[in-house]
Amino acid sequence: MAIIAIRVNKLRSSLTLLGIGVGVFSIIGVMTAMGVLQNAIENGLSGLGTNTFQIQKFPVTFFHDGRSRSRNRKDITLEQGEMFIERMNEAKYIGLESWFGIKQIFHNNDKTNPNISLVGETVQGFPTNNWTIKQGRAFTNQEVDNAASVCVLGNGVVEKLFERGSPIGEIVKIDGNKFRVIGTVEPKGGFLGGNQDNYLAIPLTTAMSLYGKQRSINIMVQTRDQESYNDIIELSTAILRTIRHVPPGAEDDFAIFSNDTLIKQFNDLTFMVKIGTLGIACIALLAAGVGIMNIMLVSVTERTKEIGIRKALGATKINVLMQFLSESVVFSQIGGVIGIIAGSILGNVVALITSAPPILPWNSSVAILSTPFVSLSALGLNIVAIIFCSFIGIVFGVYPAWKAANLDPIESLRYE
Amino acid sequence: MNVINIRNISKTYVMGVEEVHALHDVTVQIDRGEYVAIMGPSGSGKSTLMNMLGCLDTPTSGLYEFNGANVSEMNDNDLARIRNKEIGFVFQTFNLIPRSDALHNVELPLIYGGVNAHERKRLAAEALNHVNLGDRMHHRPNELSGGQRQRVAIARALVTKPSIILADEPTGNLDTKTGDEIMTLFEELHHQGNTIILVTHEEYIAEHAHRIIRLRDGVIEKDENVQKRVIPTVA
Ligand SMILES: Nc1ncnc2c1ncn2[C@@H]1O[C@H](COP(=O)(O)OP(=O)(O)OP(=O)(O)O)[C@@H](O)[C@H]1O
Ligand SMILES: [Mg+2]
Repeated sequence: MAIIAIRVNKLRSSLTLLGIGVGVFSIIGVMTAMGVLQNAIENGLSGLGTNTFQIQKFPVTFFHDGRSRSRNRKDITLEQGEMFIERMNEAKYIGLESWFGIKQIFHNNDKTNPNISLVGETVQGFPTNNWTIKQGRAFTNQEVDNAASVCVLGNGVVEKLFERGSPIGEIVKIDGNKFRVIGTVEPKGGFLGGNQDNYLAIPLTTAMSLYGKQRSINIMVQTRDQESYNDIIELSTAILRTIRHVPPGAEDDFAIFSNDTLIKQFNDLTFMVKIGTLGIACIALLAAGVGIMNIMLVSVTERTKEIGIRKALGATKINVLMQFLSESVVFSQIGGVIGIIAGSILGNVVALITSAPPILPWNSSVAILSTPFVSLSALGLNIVAIIFCSFIGIVFGVYPAWKAANLDPIESLRYE
Repeated sequence: MNVINIRNISKTYVMGVEEVHALHDVTVQIDRGEYVAIMGPSGSGKSTLMNMLGCLDTPTSGLYEFNGANVSEMNDNDLARIRNKEIGFVFQTFNLIPRSDALHNVELPLIYGGVNAHERKRLAAEALNHVNLGDRMHHRPNELSGGQRQRVAIARALVTKPSIILADEPTGNLDTKTGDEIMTLFEELHHQGNTIILVTHEEYIAEHAHRIIRLRDGVIEKDENVQKRVIPTVA
């Protein structure tokens, strides 16, 4: 029955369906996309191990605004890192690392694409990076102390250069320097379009002697357990402030982040985007609601005679009211379903692009909208969207339906 | 017993300063099983009276009892229920719902009467068979001839087994031959015990009835029983 109102005016109906569709589409699309990213970050942010945080010169932000404020910070030097290790006795592991840019790795006549990160690590950098040895072994303290020319390969390099045969004992060349492969690391998989496995680790000391010591290092700290985590962060802050002579009361001249802070930061960002989207979507839905009212009013007028006939045959006011109300509700639900389909497609295109796991419309396990009041999965959000569309259909359909219900039977019958 | 008991009914329309007395002090009783024709010139108040009888309209003054119940005191829902259960309307312009097929059109009063879908289909099909349209159930009004449309409308009026059938110029939009067919159908319905009230301009149509009420300017001019004549039926 609901299709009648649509047929009454095709253009107006399409525009209104579009309005509802866009409203729901933007909600579902953005929420799904954000959910996909968030899901990916929470699952894929294995850059650090559990109970691990990282101290570095600059804060990590998704916008690059933090840099301007902290531009004048001094590097965290290797010496400061070593002093930190000396004074911090409560941690389980403390790794030091520094990144030396994107390189091309050569092996015999093969070479990788120039997309391999060269990283200098200490021995304890392996557990704090959550790197598990797949073949061979990690560095020894001796190799780090002596700046040995050895390397451990991320899985991306292994796949590129050593498809067949073991890489252990092979010699690879970077910027003309030779390194002996002593081990490989288990893969972590892709994340947000990047590949977490495209790296090659050499001892930090080796890297610094080849590429210079004038650079900032990262200090990675893994605590013994969850309980001591926050205490250790506080203690680390105090130790590093002393080492770097930060005057009391001044801001830290270094940044600490963990998976938790990264996730929180991303969530704060997406929350704003989501709220903004909700606002825009609400406006679109309101506009669509007015469109529905318009269509229903036209439909009531054009079907005046039919209403008269129905009343002559014994339809009560409630019968007529419900007929028109259900038409406007079904009408807006159709718009809602279109929006959900389009939105789910958009959201999961984002999943495809970033090679993150998709969130299908009937997924009920991943929260894609978390507010202080409720958390909604994709399924939950879609249900809410349909309910909300029905609500819009009722709110904006009630006046036309009421008008239809109160038409005078004789005058309606006479209407041509 | 009276199905319809109307006493001193008036209907006045106010058009600006002018008052139009569509009906003026009309008193009529109609018994169960009667076949009544209402005649009169255009604008004499025939349709107004029919709408009143059909509980679609309310009088300005006077009493209307339907099956002993006072219609003037009824609310919208009671009126809707009476229209649904007790009255079958047949209109000059058929008034079928154009998008729906014959079967669904006939089902409509049963829907509002709360009859379940299965029973509804059965009764509607039965009514359509009754008017010889068993083979046109799934035709839409625009796929039917005028006479067939009017027979669908009659089936729709019959399907609830109402106390009275009200027909306002049922043959007005039909040619003579088709009009005769419809009148034959009414005759049959009357023989089966239905109470029929019909409005017409044509003497030869009115001659099918057993009683003719003549209206002029909203007043009953004449209310007479007629001797049934032998009418040559169409072969
Ligand atoms: N809604 C209305 N407002 C004002 N006047 C009305 C209204 N309905 C009917 N009338 C007047 O009431 C009078 C009776 O009208 P009615 O429709 O009952 O005539 P009728 O006998 O059915 O005529 P016809 O044979 O042409 O159908 C007419 O003079 C008409 O103008
Ligand atoms: Mg009339």
